[in-house]
Amino acid sequence: MSDLSTEEIKILEGLSKEEILAKLKSEAEEQHKSRKTFFGRDIISIHELSREGILHILKHSKGMKETPQPDLLQGYVMGSCFFEPSTRTRLSFETAMSRLGGKIIGFAEAGVTSAKKKETLYDSMKIIGQYVDVIAMRHPMEGAAQRAAEATDKPILNGGDGSNQHPTQTLLDLFTIQECQGKLDNLNIAMIGDLKYGRTVHSLAQALTNFNATLSFVAPESLQMPNYICDDLDKHGVKYTLYEKIADVVSSADILYMTRIQEERFPDKMEYEKIKNTYVLDSKMLISAKPNMRIMHPLPRVNEIATDVDHTPHAYYFEQAHNGLYVRQALLGLVLGKLT
Amino acid sequence: MTSEQKTPEDLRAFKVYAIKAGTVIDHIQVGRAMKIIDILKLASHKSTVTVGLNFPSSNLGRKDIIKVENRELSPEEANRVAIFAPNSTINIIRNFKVADKFKVKIPEIINKIIVCPNPTCITNNETMSSCFHVSHNGDINIIKLRCKYCEKIFIHDDIREYKS
Repeated sequence: MSDLSTEEIKILEGLSKEEILAKLKSEAEEQHKSRKTFFGRDIISIHELSREGILHILKHSKGMKETPQPDLLQGYVMGSCFFEPSTRTRLSFETAMSRLGGKIIGFAEAGVTSAKKKETLYDSMKIIGQYVDVIAMRHPMEGAAQRAAEATDKPILNGGDGSNQHPTQTLLDLFTIQECQGKLDNLNIAMIGDLKYGRTVHSLAQALTNFNATLSFVAPESLQMPNYICDDLDKHGVKYTLYEKIADVVSSADILYMTRIQEERFPDKMEYEKIKNTYVLDSKMLISAKPNMRIMHPLPRVNEIATDVDHTPHAYYFEQAHNGLYVRQALLGLVLGKLT
Repeated sequence: MTSEQKTPEDLRAFKVYAIKAGTVIDHIQVGRAMKIIDILKLASHKSTVTVGLNFPSSNLGRKDIIKVENRELSPEEANRVAIFAPNSTINIIRNFKVADKFKVKIPEIINKIIVCPNPTCITNNETMSSCFHVSHNGDINIIKLRCKYCEKIFIHDDIREYKS
């Protein structure tokens, strides 16, 4: 308490013991979120990152893209623990580690692990944590990355836990937006497609609360952004509008963030048939777009972006996937203490 | 006689007798008593448990009440009650007298006792404890429970199962 100013002591004197404890806890959490030292830290959820923390990661991602560091993680080993199939996330994590000079052990499906023998995730991760310096993981159960983080003191990088979090995807989305727009603040960002079940759009919307974005949500009513996300946006004073047609947002958007609508999400197949072609973007729809507008997509796409869009200056989804490599390199360097 | 006037049958003493020792959980929001029976595992309590539903209440209009004989709720147990009945009062009874009386307090974190309603939450697929962060927007009757693991947010009515 000796470090407190007279004014701070006066404020604390007016509070109950519980209020003081709550205040100190809240301040400690804020400090934890905003600290720029990522050494030894797990990256489980985008909620744990402040604006400053996000910008720090993006700064290092840019550095990685501009200046390769082939020996940065020499002597380090990454556990690549993918309990369910993944293409881009797993390969980009493994390429990231490899291009920094590190080594990789791991698996690409749960069927080849002791999970098949009913070993708990906790035990598996505790043991793997003893072999490696950092773990990148994906698991079909929500909360699995948090559980893994409790099992080992090695940093966990969450590459997707069920429908819950995929923070490295959100960071690469933010990095891509910053790269193609030259800034992250005050942008008009439209999210299109399956906004109800899509974890990428949930996390991105929540991350954008740090950057004063104006959001547009374009989806059929049954697949609109869930209330709990909208409540969160309201709490942060984020402006957002709901739409049903892509044409309503093309001319005002800086970013069109497309997602795939999956047939299995519709209990009524007639309803799917009615809307399946409503959320498809083709080059003719881009005539009114601003020159700086860029189209993003977490991929894989099916038919929601026609291939003729690929050749327009607005297409940016392949660059977006490429950027995952640099963001994951930055995260590996940061949590292993080789970047500060 | 108007409906506001009490008949002898309305008097509490006729409906629920006083207990010698134990706990009276009073001012429970109507309809929540059975959840509290569940959460405190009172159905398996060895002594008598009396449950009163829809009692007239000057503050709440109607209320539920639970009397548990020969068991004093701990502060931690009382806080569990707060999840479902945030306005309730705990009376500790010794020798027919109220020895202690306090309002329940909503805990910030609830460990172990609530089963996460999300079937694909890791807590439902591994031997481990659940953990929920509790919040409300000023109205303690509408609390939100956020699972530490799957990060999903639930309200009272979503909660179906408990662990002791």
